[in-house]
Amino acid sequence: MPQTLFDKIWDAHLVAKRADGRDLIYIDRHVLHELHAPHAFEQLQKQERPVRRPDLTFSMQDHTVATAPGRTDDTNPSGAAFLKAMREGSKRNGIKVFDLGDPEQGISHVVAPELGMVLPGATHAVPDSHASTVGGLGALAFGCGTSELAHILATQVMALKRPKRMRIRLDGRLAPHVTAKDVALRIIAELGVAGARGHVVEYAGSAVRDMPIEQRMTLCNLNIEMGGRSGFVAPDDSAFGWIAGRPYAPQGEMWDRALAHWRTLASDDAATFDREHTLDCSALEPQITWGTDPSQVLGISGRVPDPAGVEAGRRAAAESALAYMGLTPGMTLAGLKVDRVFIGSCTNSRLPDLQAAAAVVRGRRVADGVVAMVVPGSSTVKREAEAAGLDRVFRDAGFFWGESGCSMCAGGNGDRGEPGERCVSTTNRNFEHRQGAKVRTHLVSPETAAATAVTGRIADVRQLLSGHS
Amino acid sequence: MQPFTRHTGIAVPLLKDDINTDQIAPVLAMRALKPDYKALLFMRTRSEEPDFVLNQPQFREPGILVAGQNFGAGSSREAAVWGMLANNIRVIVARSFADIYRENCLQNGLLPVVLAPPDAEAFEARVLAANGAAPFTVDLVTQRISGPGGPDIAFELPAADRMRLHEGLDDIGLTLKHRDEIVSWEQRMASAQPWLQTAADNRT
Repeated sequence: MPQTLFDKIWDAHLVAKRADGRDLIYIDRHVLHELHAPHAFEQLQKQERPVRRPDLTFSMQDHTVATAPGRTDDTNPSGAAFLKAMREGSKRNGIKVFDLGDPEQGISHVVAPELGMVLPGATHAVPDSHASTVGGLGALAFGCGTSELAHILATQVMALKRPKRMRIRLDGRLAPHVTAKDVALRIIAELGVAGARGHVVEYAGSAVRDMPIEQRMTLCNLNIEMGGRSGFVAPDDSAFGWIAGRPYAPQGEMWDRALAHWRTLASDDAATFDREHTLDCSALEPQITWGTDPSQVLGISGRVPDPAGVEAGRRAAAESALAYMGLTPGMTLAGLKVDRVFIGSCTNSRLPDLQAAAAVVRGRRVADGVVAMVVPGSSTVKREAEAAGLDRVFRDAGFFWGESGCSMCAGGNGDRGEPGERCVSTTNRNFEHRQGAKVRTHLVSPETAAATAVTGRIADVRQLLSGHS
Repeated sequence: MQPFTRHTGIAVPLLKDDINTDQIAPVLAMRALKPDYKALLFMRTRSEEPDFVLNQPQFREPGILVAGQNFGAGSSREAAVWGMLANNIRVIVARSFADIYRENCLQNGLLPVVLAPPDAEAFEARVLAANGAAPFTVDLVTQRISGPGGPDIAFELPAADRMRLHEGLDDIGLTLKHRDEIVSWEQRMASAQPWLQTAADNRT
């Protein structure tokens, strides 16, 4: 019977059916972070349960780490206890920690792929809803809570109900300065914040095939913002080439064997999906959120909707979003003054994201009155960006250039906006108060963020670069 | 995990869709390793909106939360469940739940109930009418909700989830009964796809 790639990976990882009917799915790589892992370590210690496969488990310090140069545990005072508990729990259980000061420290979803821990057809778990970022390489990744994290540590499996399958076909070709971020925001706008709940999404189509791996990761990263259980792109030569030679990836004869297997990883032509959705990407322009959830999205030339025209069930939410965001129906967002710009997070902090932003910033300056930050997704990205001179481009323009971590995405490290500020951000959630009390967040691509920083107003990067700003 | 058979308490109407875990458990309230989970629940909303439902005197001792679609969207943080339990909320009746949040509920003995749409509408109306004056009882064994304003309402939870909540089963213990199968999967994979069973740094 024809199978989807999701089914093939699931079946290959099915260890047993548990008495309660759940499938025990083996987790090939388990990546932890310090905001949640300490509680799981404590639970296991109380239960006197060992970690089953510390060799397949990695600890990252990312959520609470300060971004200031010369940072220590105490630079973000509330983070110190988390960092210490993470370090101790990992050491006690024999798990490698990518600690503060480690040259490869960074955001779990950025570090794991760049070090070659992520492999096509492998399963991953992270106690973080953006786990499926690594689906960009054809891995099947699940976000989980703290109890599930303890469960994986003790057993190396997850007890899951088999999700449904969904395919999103992205046809056409992206126009210049339109990115995977814009595509993902448009998909979420079309399907809604619960549109993929209970489903694993396979992203397919010509626009996906054309995307470099980092863009595919951005696409898969935002899968949770429409409630998806996981999301991935079937691996191809770009994925294999991207992984080759990375430190934790197979080498030599093992690489050849792995590659031969990876080439079989695709949905069968006749495989059926529970749901299908198609988006023609050719006409897409840069996208931006206007509201307080990631489905409230406009094209950059579009106008803020009138709640009266919004479907009844979403009307109250639209009204409340407009009030929070300080917007009025019918206005355009382009041209709106901003206070802060943030470039970073697991969504958009990889080297090509920073290169794209730097290309816009080069030769320009951050507008007066705007606080602009770039926080690389990993210490490796930071080093590579510095080697390419990108830090100089940003710094000379007046950007803060930080040490890597999650930073202003959720503000767990103290990086936050001030009340009432309008913040244009390359992150993944524009929820009320997420980037600071009463901060008004607009989600955009790195290029749109960069264009906004240098003009001081929400900008259409295409116009800026063509001289029509 | 505390077994769940029956829970009686004041039902609190929070009839909005897409309530996310940033609202339920704000990051700012999670700055300590062991925060005050009782205070953490909807901390910002409670402090900024005097009229917020949990601030109203009749809902100060909640037992059941009644919400809209996609409850618990967003971050996977389990504090958004622990905060409920610390406030003695052991049942959430929602139009639907976000996947990870529902899993976190089951892990902690917090009963996630979804009613058939006509029943949900009727139940929400009764909760609004009761306005905290009388409690509702949710019985997991009979799968019924009883309380003021009408007849019992039936709900369904998959048998497996019901058993797990009812017996307060240790999830890890349940899985470790399959230890032999885990070992044999690892052995099989070590020869079929050996790259999955090793994650060594090639440089060392």
